[in-house]
Amino acid sequence: MIEATTGQIWTIILSMAAGTFLIRFAFLGFVGDRPLPNWLLRLLRYTPVAVLPAVVAPMLLGQGENAFDPLRLGCAAATIAVGILTRNVLWAILIGLGLFFGFGALIG
Amino acid sequence: MFKSPASRQFLIGIKDGLPFHIVLWPFAAIFGAIATQAGLNIVEVMGFSVLVIAGSAQLAALQLMTENAPTVIVIATALAVNLRMGMYSASITPHIGKSSLLTRAFAAYMLYDQPYALSTIKFEKEPDLSVSEKLGYFFGVAIPLGIGWYALTFTGAVLGEKIPTDLGVDFAVPITFLAVVSPMLKTLAHLAAALTSVVLVLALSFMPFGSGLLVAAAVALVVGAQVEIWMEHRKAAS
Repeated sequence: MIEATTGQIWTIILSMAAGTFLIRFAFLGFVGDRPLPNWLLRLLRYTPVAVLPAVVAPMLLGQGENAFDPLRLGCAAATIAVGILTRNVLWAILIGLGLFFGFGALIG
Repeated sequence: MFKSPASRQFLIGIKDGLPFHIVLWPFAAIFGAIATQAGLNIVEVMGFSVLVIAGSAQLAALQLMTENAPTVIVIATALAVNLRMGMYSASITPHIGKSSLLTRAFAAYMLYDQPYALSTIKFEKEPDLSVSEKLGYFFGVAIPLGIGWYALTFTGAVLGEKIPTDLGVDFAVPITFLAVVSPMLKTLAHLAAALTSVVLVLALSFMPFGSGLLVAAAVALVVGAQVEIWMEHRKAAS
């Protein structure tokens, strides 16, 4: 159970809200339509492939309670394979989730 | 009403966002349910989902709050989880930076993973879209998903213990991330960036508050760009 006071809870909510907004607004707000240098644009093109694998990898291969779960690893591999072969996000999601919840229901 | 090019893109955005609803709805409901079970009231639960609108940071904060971590630690950890969105902000600015301050502020509020990821895929495929078309697409993805996020958080909070929280939905969000990234692995540079990111984040897992993620991502950006430069040189030389 959470033992924080109402004041502490709202301090957390409002600080997270303000901080998260400022993080998201940092470049959109303060750079706006000023042109960015080419080397920076080149770096930024790799943002999704640099960030998202780092979010997912610890859940699959790190120290979490569900890491190295064969079902999760297998479904992750299937999602990646379908994504690369079809170049289609929707198919990759449907097949990845279908396998996960399908097999999950079978194994129980 | 939906005749202008921007509103056409808005509709396409809604359509492209549809598969993500399957994933975000249960995630939101579970956040609402466990937050209520942990002792937050509905206004506080909704405060998180409406004001912060960042699922993994919300869950991280909730986890720490139930462990009675100090307020400062809860805030610092949650914000560290969200720092990657600073990179999203930089990366999407060349596309929609030429809009009004109010529009950019609203886009920043909704700059979470799914609209960001779908928009970058779209803008790379169709670089000739105008700024208003790009905004239309971005909000077409972001607004319905955001409304779903609020609504299902509320549903989860109201139903509380009636919602089973051990369905493995924790894995549904990573699946969507993999589904978004894998079609992007089309050059050696993209592949190198993704591999760097995975190897480094695992190697740096000792770093506090998930800060290894930021180092891993930053190095992966440089690796991607550098491999791209090498490949261009090789092409030019051959």
